[in-house]
This record gives sequence, C-alpha cells and structure tokens, in this order.
Amino acid sequence: MDEYEPNIIGFLCNWCSYAGADLAGTSRISYPTNIKIIRVMCSGRVDPAFVLEALKKGADGVLVSGCHFGECHYKSGNYKANRRIKLTKKFLEEMGINPNRVRFEFISASEGNRFAEVVTEFVDELKELGPLSLQLIQ
Amino acid sequence: MKIGVYVCECGINIAATVDVPEVVEKVKSFPNVEICRYNKYTCSDPGQESIRKDIKELNLDRVVVASCSPRMHEPTFRAVVEETGINPYCFEMVNIREHVSWVHKDKEKATEKAVALIAGAVARAQFLEPLERKEVSVIPKSLVVGGGIAGIQAALEIATDGFQVYLVEQSPSLGGRMAQLDKTFPTLDCSACILTPKMVDVARHPNIELLTYSEIEKVDGYIGNFKVTVKKKPRYVDTDKCVGCGLCAEACRLKGRVLNEFDENLSKRSAIYIPFPQAVPLKYTIDSNRCNMLRFGKCGDELLCVEACEQNAIDFEQKEEFVELDVGTIVVATGYDNFDPSNEPKYGYKENPNVITGMEFERLVNAAGPTEGHLEINGKEPENVVFIQCVGSRDKEGHEYCSRVCCMYTAKQAHMVRDKFPDAIISVYFTDVRAFGKGFEEFYNRVLDEDINYLRRELDDSIEVVGNEKGVIVKAEGHPDIHADLVVLATGLVPKSDNKEIARKLNISLSGDGFFMEAHPKLRPLDTFTDGVFLAGCCQSPKDIPDAVAQASGAAVRAASPLAQGKVVVEAITAIIDEDLCSGCRICENLCAYTALEFVSDDKIMKINDVLCKGCGSCAAACPTGAITMKHYSNKQVLAQIGGILNQ
Ligand SMILES: Cc1cc2nc3c(=O)[nH]c(=O)nc-3n(C[C@H](O)[C@H](O)[C@H](O)COP(=O)(O)OP(=O)(O)OC[C@H]3O[C@@H](n4cnc5c(N)ncnc54)[C@H](O)[C@@H]3O)c2cc1C
Ligand code: FES
Repeated sequence: MDEYEPNIIGFLCNWCSYAGADLAGTSRISYPTNIKIIRVMCSGRVDPAFVLEALKKGADGVLVSGCHFGECHYKSGNYKANRRIKLTKKFLEEMGINPNRVRFEFISASEGNRFAEVVTEFVDELKELGPLSLQLIQ
Repeated sequence: MKIGVYVCECGINIAATVDVPEVVEKVKSFPNVEICRYNKYTCSDPGQESIRKDIKELNLDRVVVASCSPRMHEPTFRAVVEETGINPYCFEMVNIREHVSWVHKDKEKATEKAVALIAGAVARAQFLEPLERKEVSVIPKSLVVGGGIAGIQAALEIATDGFQVYLVEQSPSLGGRMAQLDKTFPTLDCSACILTPKMVDVARHPNIELLTYSEIEKVDGYIGNFKVTVKKKPRYVDTDKCVGCGLCAEACRLKGRVLNEFDENLSKRSAIYIPFPQAVPLKYTIDSNRCNMLRFGKCGDELLCVEACEQNAIDFEQKEEFVELDVGTIVVATGYDNFDPSNEPKYGYKENPNVITGMEFERLVNAAGPTEGHLEINGKEPENVVFIQCVGSRDKEGHEYCSRVCCMYTAKQAHMVRDKFPDAIISVYFTDVRAFGKGFEEFYNRVLDEDINYLRRELDDSIEVVGNEKGVIVKAEGHPDIHADLVVLATGLVPKSDNKEIARKLNISLSGDGFFMEAHPKLRPLDTFTDGVFLAGCCQSPKDIPDAVAQASGAAVRAASPLAQGKVVVEAITAIIDEDLCSGCRICENLCAYTALEFVSDDKIMKINDVLCKGCGSCAAACPTGAITMKHYSNKQVLAQIGGILNQ
C-alpha cells in the first residue's frame, strides 16, 4: 500500500513568506510535494472561510504564513491573521476537527530554510493525524 | 471564456523534474482551456510571440503562464498580454519552478503538483476581472538616507539630474567611514583628499538640502508620494551663527576628557566638538551625554563655551525639531558597523593595548589622527607586527559571509607598516587572499614583494593572542609562536545595529545576514520590494568604495527615473465596498492600518478612499456581510483556486 500523503494548502503572503518559499527554491532546499501554495498579498487577507473551504474540499491541513510581527508589509495584517487563525482553530475544535490541522507561521523572505522545515514538519504531523474525514464528523 | 495556458520548460530547470508534455496533455482537458502549449523558454521572444499570436488568432480572454515565480516575471507577461489587448489583471501566473521543480526530486509527484497548481490557476482565471491601474503624479524630489560615500554619490547624481534632494545624515557631519580611513586600496589615494571635495560639493549644490544630525522618524505613503518625518536633533549650537572657529572647544571645561568616537576612542575631545577638521557642515555640536550644563544644569561658575563664542551661537534651549518632507523616491545608504572583537576573547582585544582593530589602525596612521600619524604602541614603535584576517567574518556560527574588504585593507596596512618601518618583521595570518577587484591582485603581488610573511591557516584552526610583559604572543595552530608588539585584527563589516528598525520604518526586508535585501540578487540588485525605495553602499552588503560608488550611481538612476517621468503606475489591487450589502457595522474601520475606510454617518455605511488603500485585504477577510471585495483576491477568485487545486 502506498503511504498516506496528506494534502496541504498554504496561504502565503506575497512579501515575506512567498518570497521565503521562492528562496527555498533558488537555494534548492527540498521539501515534500504535499503543499500547494496560494499567494495572497498579506496573511491578513486570509478569511477563515478560505481555511474551512480548503478542509471541506479535501485538504488535510492548511498553512497560513506571514511576515514576523512588526514586519508585515501592511503594518499589522499578520496580527489580524494570528487572531483569526486562533479563532478558527477553536471553531475547528468545537467541530471535532483537530486544530493542529491549521498552522499559522511567521516566515520571512530570508528564511527559505525555515519554510522547508515548517512544511516537512507539518507533513509529518499530518501523517500522524491521518486523513481528515469530514463524513465522520457529520 | 477562452483561456490560453503556457507551460515553460525553462531549459531543463523545470523540464528535468516536471514532465511538461504530460502536464500539457492534462491541462488541455480542463474546462475553458482553449489552448495549452509548452515552450523551452516562455519568457524569451519566441515564447512571448506564441502567446501574442494565440491571443489574436484564438481570441483568448485569459492567459495563464506556468513557469517561474511571479515575483520574477509577472510584469513581463502582464506587459505581453497588455500589448495584445488583454487587461494585465486577466493574466495569472503559476510558480512551477521555485515552488516545484527546484524543491522536489520525485518527477511523478512534482508533475502531479504542477498539474494541481495549474488547475487552481485556471479555475481562478475564469473569475479574474479587468482592473484599471491608477497613474499617480510623482513629487519630483528624492530623499537619500545616510551621508557616507554611497549617500554622497547618490545625492550628487540625482541633484545633477536636476532634481531636488534631501540628504539626511545621522551624525554631525557627512563622510561616513571613508572619512576615517587613511589611504585607500588599491591605489593608495589619500581618503580625505578624494572624499572631502565631494562633501563640499554636496553642501554647495543648489539642489541638495543637507540635514545632518538628523534621523528618519516615520515614513508614510508610496512611490511618488512618500511623506517622511525627519527628527533634527538639537546641536545646542545655532548653525546660522556658528562659523566653525573652534574657540568654544578650546575653552570647554571638559577639553581632552571626552572619548572621540571618530578616532575610535583613541583620542579625547571636548564636549562641544566637530568630528574631524574637514567636517561638512563645519558647525559645532554639543554632546548632550557629556556636557555638564546639559546633564546637571550647571558647569562650574561660568559657561566657558558661551563666554568664548564670539558669535553668540550657543543655545542650551534648543529643542529637537520635526520636519516633514514630501518626496517621490528614497535611496537608503546607511552603511555598516565594524565587528567588535571584544566578543571573541581569544583575540585578547581590550585586554592588551597591543591588539587593535583595522579601523583603529587607520586612525593611528592618519596624520590627523590621535598620534598625528606616528604608529606607536605604549610610546614605542612596533618591531614585530602581526595581522590576523577574517576576524568576525566567514564564521559559520556568526557572520558567515566574507566582508570583501579585509584582505585588501590588510595588504594596504601591511604595506603602510613596511613604508614606515623598513626593518619591522611583518606577518599576516590569512586563509584565502581574495584579491578580486580591478588592480587588487597587482596590489597584493606588490605587497608580497615587500618582505611580508603571508602565513596560511585554516579558518577552523585555533588562534590565540596572549599578553606577556613585552607585548603579546600569537599562538596559531601549526605555526611557531610569534612574539609581537602590535597585532592588527582585520575585523569584518557587520549590519548596523538599528537595521531592523530602519527596515520597519521603510517597509523593506533584511536578508539572512542582516543587511538590507535587494529585490532580486542578480537582476534587481538596487531595488527593494517596496517600489520607490532603493539601496546603495554597504547597507546592502559589505563592499569597497569603488563598488559602493558604482551601486550609488545606479541607485541614483533608479531613483531619478520616476521623477523624470513625472508619473508612476500603481497597483490596481484595492478593496471596494458594495453599498447595498454594507450594514454599517464598522468592524472593518479599525482593521485598516491606513485609515482608508471611513464611516458615512448620513448613509450609515462605510466608504473607501482608494488612494489610501494599499490592498492588504484585512478588511475583506473580516466583513460579516461580504460587502467588501478585494480586487484580484476576491472570495470568488480564491475559493475557485482552492477548489481547482483540490479537485485534482
Ligand atoms: C578598516 C577598514 C578599511 C577600509 N579600507 C578601504 C580601502 O582602503 N578602500 C576601499 O575601497 N574600501 C575600504 N573600506 C571599506 C569602506 O569603508 C566602505 O566601502 C565605505 O565606507 C562604504 O560607504 P557607505 O556610504 O556605504 O557606508 P558608511 O561609510 O558606513 O556611511 C554610512 C553613513 O550613513 C549614516 N547613517 C547610518 N544610519 C543612518 C540613519 N539611520 N539615518 C541617517 N544616517 C545614517 C552614517 O552615519 C554614515 O555617515 C575599509 C573598511 C574598513 C572597515
Ligand atoms: S504582508 Fe506579510 S503578513 Fe502582511
């Protein structure tokens, strides 16, 4: 049997984390293919509805990543994202979904290494959690 | 809806890891995909032409390119579609190089991932909408931050192009580190002789307004229209009256008692001072940390400086002032700090007066320096001199980079020792001599011929400097001990301690090494990610004077070009509010970091000022009624992309 491969959607802010993922690329730092990245201008753009939609449509985990505090290109979008993701996690917990399926991270444009580490770690964690089955919950 | 999809092989950069023909086969069957092709290099002329041709012949209305990062070529392809009559916002880019082929090894999985990402983009593309890009007028002025050689060069270039420049320098004088140097490699020009005329040019240039002893407090706005608040620190000297005669410093009660940072603390000055004799502007400044009057409200029974000043220029009541500058572009040239070797006890720095840094050496050999150019340690001329290279550089645990100037400044300094002391024994502990610049290798060869012992050691080999009654012993692994009376540490160049703060104020990024980050390491080395903000000199990475000057001239061209055009196009990505849906709950109001959202109390709805809106989307993510749409990142667009990716 093939090993279970979790599906991850990553929302990355354009200015820090997306550039960090680009740097992982230009530095040829490899990480698992499980993550598919969606670019947003700022982590503050990530509506909890995006996270829920991703889980509903088959993602096993969602990564939201923005600039470090104080470094958001729009001053404070990452504070808002941090708050919203915390709430989203609470909401997931109430629904019986493990909140660790959603992660909020700070990754700067120079942290290509860190991006690869975060993805690798997240994939391992999700492998342990196993596939997300929404039917079970309903 | 007709979508054209172009998958790039990028030579073998993508093709080696992603099965491009297979991707194309799969994508062809996606809904609304009219055509899908692959090119060896989509960004090349034939690649671009195939897109143009299809747009015309097949009447495409959306274009998707799967290639490198949009941070690299999105502008290129947007221009291609725009030329052919498609709105640039009806173009979508998929990153299958940086995010796929360069980070994955398994070809099958990488191919699947590429297909999924393109599926997301195709799904999103159906909902892309044409947007109007705003043109804004540009304030035809520029701001240069930092008055070292890089800032001086940039300011002079922009001013000579005919634009007004504000040059803001933190310290009391222009000049930066170059003013501290004695001679400069590889030509051995006297540093002051080539620098000070340029400093004077700045002060005299009708287009340059010089704000010394000033700092950037706050930066608002965007390319073309930055609003910068500058703090002018009080000098406690009226610069309109001060003629720079120096009678005050002569009279100062603390004369000869305050450490002089310009001389690397090797000499002492008064509490009222100019950093060096050729300072520009030649105006005195009172050191508020040391002046008795400013610290204790009194200084003996009379104010000697006030008595001495014939111009009545001293003013203890001076307060800091804030000025607002409106500029179109900004050049950052804030330079570097010197590595502090007291962090590394093995070098015995501070413990032994015989151990000095490269910059201290520069001051000690300078005719205007603390010893008037007599290189003496404890009143004695050195007979055995050791230089140690790579101090604070090329250290995997600390600063991993090479500081680029230390090899050459060591060669220069060794030559200067030889020049002064023909009989001295001179040794250099080096690891690799990096003599890469024009004239550098020739200079190094010349120095080698001057009876200087270059001794090789590995970076990891131990080295230690221990004091004894006569001087110091340098113990380097694999070499006999050397009894030296002068050790010069070739200390590296490190990021300025306040770089983080400056980056925050200017909204620019730092690289992993702590210097400011350029927008692209090869193709946009002078730009930052923030449009209208450019980099020059050692604030971007360690470099020598020729490189700092070349970069500054380049940054000046980049900064002057929007001023010359008079207009810039700014991103069309802003939020819009559907008045019918807005319930006037005002949740969004406080989320906006730019006060772009305003409550209209008559209609009980929110209104958006799209000049202020920067397009982050924080408001849209929070609007409970869905009244706010983030252009180009609307809910519909993002949800479609999620669905597209996960359907695969
Ligand atoms: C020991 C030593 C010897 C060297 N010898 C040579 C040589 O022989 N030949 C050679 O080519 N190169 C030499 N160099 C390198 C040379 O010093 C640099 O290339 C050059 O000084 C870089 O200029 P800069 O303008 O980028 O930075 P700096 O000289 O550091 O100038 C930066 C300026 O910005 C100001 N500033 C900083 N922060 C702010 C702020 N927030 N707001 C406003 N102003 C600010 C600073 O006060 C300073 O005036 C040597 C370096 C060292 C350490
Ligand atoms: S731009 Fe990166 S989090 Fe806001």
